[in-house]
Amino acid sequence: MQKLIVAKVFGKDISTDVIYPGRYMATGLPTETPQYAFADDEDFNKYLCTPWNERDGAEFDNFAIVAGENFGCGSSREQAVSTLSGNNLTVIAKSFARIFHQNAINLGLNMITCPDIEANPGENLEVTRKEVRNISTGKCYNNILLPDAAQEILDAGGLIPHVRSRLINNQL
Amino acid sequence: MGMTIVEKILAKASDRDSVCVGDVVEPKVDLAMSHENAALIINRFKTIYEGTGLEANVWDTSKIAIIFDHRVPAVDRKTATDQGTIRKFVGDQGIEKFHDIRGDTGGICHQILAEYGYVHPGRVVVGTDSHTTTHGAFGAFAYGIGATEMACVWTLGKALNVKVPKTIKVVITGKFHSLVSPKDLILHIIRKLTVKGANFSVLEFHGEVIRNMNMSGRLTICNMAVEAGATAGIVMTDNVTIEHLREAGYEGDIDIVHPDEDAAYSKILEVDVSELSPQIACPHMVDNVEDIEDVKGIAVNQVVIGSCTNGRLEDIAIAAKILQFEKVSKNVRLLIFPASAKVYKEASMHGYINDLIDAGAVIMNPGCGCCLGVHQGALGDGEVALSTTNRNFKGRMGNSDAKVYLCSPAVAAFSAISGKISWEK
Repeated sequence: MQKLIVAKVFGKDISTDVIYPGRYMATGLPTETPQYAFADDEDFNKYLCTPWNERDGAEFDNFAIVAGENFGCGSSREQAVSTLSGNNLTVIAKSFARIFHQNAINLGLNMITCPDIEANPGENLEVTRKEVRNISTGKCYNNILLPDAAQEILDAGGLIPHVRSRLINNQL
Repeated sequence: MGMTIVEKILAKASDRDSVCVGDVVEPKVDLAMSHENAALIINRFKTIYEGTGLEANVWDTSKIAIIFDHRVPAVDRKTATDQGTIRKFVGDQGIEKFHDIRGDTGGICHQILAEYGYVHPGRVVVGTDSHTTTHGAFGAFAYGIGATEMACVWTLGKALNVKVPKTIKVVITGKFHSLVSPKDLILHIIRKLTVKGANFSVLEFHGEVIRNMNMSGRLTICNMAVEAGATAGIVMTDNVTIEHLREAGYEGDIDIVHPDEDAAYSKILEVDVSELSPQIACPHMVDNVEDIEDVKGIAVNQVVIGSCTNGRLEDIAIAAKILQFEKVSKNVRLLIFPASAKVYKEASMHGYINDLIDAGAVIMNPGCGCCLGVHQGALGDGEVALSTTNRNFKGRMGNSDAKVYLCSPAVAAFSAISGKISWEK
């Protein structure tokens, strides 16, 4: 179980252009992308660039963003995922767009599909694989589990370690 | 139980007799396309091999395509250096399908794949670009993936963890009004489905309108399938497809895949185009679509005609015919992006480029920079663009304080003259 604090709540259909604007796409490596998360949302970008221990809620295991349906719609840029994992964010959404969802598995993002989730900024959540409990409101919401194959890749830390081990074991 | 087109393609590519929706398969990939993000893929590809003691070589040098288009010519030092890294990798590995920044063989990746006959019906195509759905126009299962996944395709020649998607059947009948085009049709379909209506699904296009449509129109429709959230769009291979591939120089086998009569569809959507008027996608979502009657008169600062959606010769021709002997409004910047060097040259030979220049248009080199908000046409604060491209998300053309409307080439041309969204002179 992880204890999270909600850093920001988004509505539906948040596009990859909003998460990681196209003008920063020349920057690609996971170590380089975190600084451009939500770059057009100056306040939130500034918050994310604030060192962890200077934020309210630093005592929690992690910070979460909570979103509506179809989070990550649009482009295939995986910077939209690496910029979030690089900021150590857990992303909880009612649903995800397909390419973002696949990229999140491939990069090992903390991603939870929770169709009925309701939360507000500053609220506290307790999260397991199966459910999200909003401690602040006392409500509990079921998650949609990933297929086993996808969960294995995510747990292995993403697709690169998975494929490397297949190479080593000659499982081509 | 019968199978849809994509189910049949995935079964064959995975060496299985059949597949069902939800099965997880590892299909063999026939073409793996990327653009400048190949710099990231190369980094991830080399990372996979770290510590294995194996030499990092791609699985098949003939099945990888790399086309420079997103930031061409290079927008800055980093891009130029990355492009250099990619050139070196292409040379070292011997990757055959490489299109550099050139006036004879360059262009936007999706147009290059179509022009050079790289996409083969009945096969699996992946691309590190969401608009890889474009190539469903050739009867292939073509979809977008991220850079890390592409690095794995380069390693194994297979796509991993592919969940067989549901299929939505879209049946299109009727006859287009003279100024209504495939772009209006796909905007109308997205309006009906919404931006998430086809998430984790394939759109299989059928009906007399599709059968009578040329490749250019089919490419436009499949290009924007992803804007309804679709994994892929697909059209049955027919004589139009075969003729195009043979003219493009493809001499190999053509695997024509038809869906079974009793194929199972998650939904059937019927569309009659006879009453369809030009459609406009309003800010900041592609499904925020209105009939032109309801938005005409909105003033625009920049009009963009081109891109992988509507930058083919047919699109430039429509714009040139409307703009011939006319002038672009003094309040408007009209930017034309032919989709490839070949389109540019042919548009020039037909006199379209001259007509557009005389009208006041600026002819840009083929590329994605403006649509993507990287360079070559950023918007100012509070400005409005009308564009034949495929996305209008907040911040899309480089400014989150600007607005982007999407339309057909004809509407873009009329509007460039009047300075307002319009479809008549």
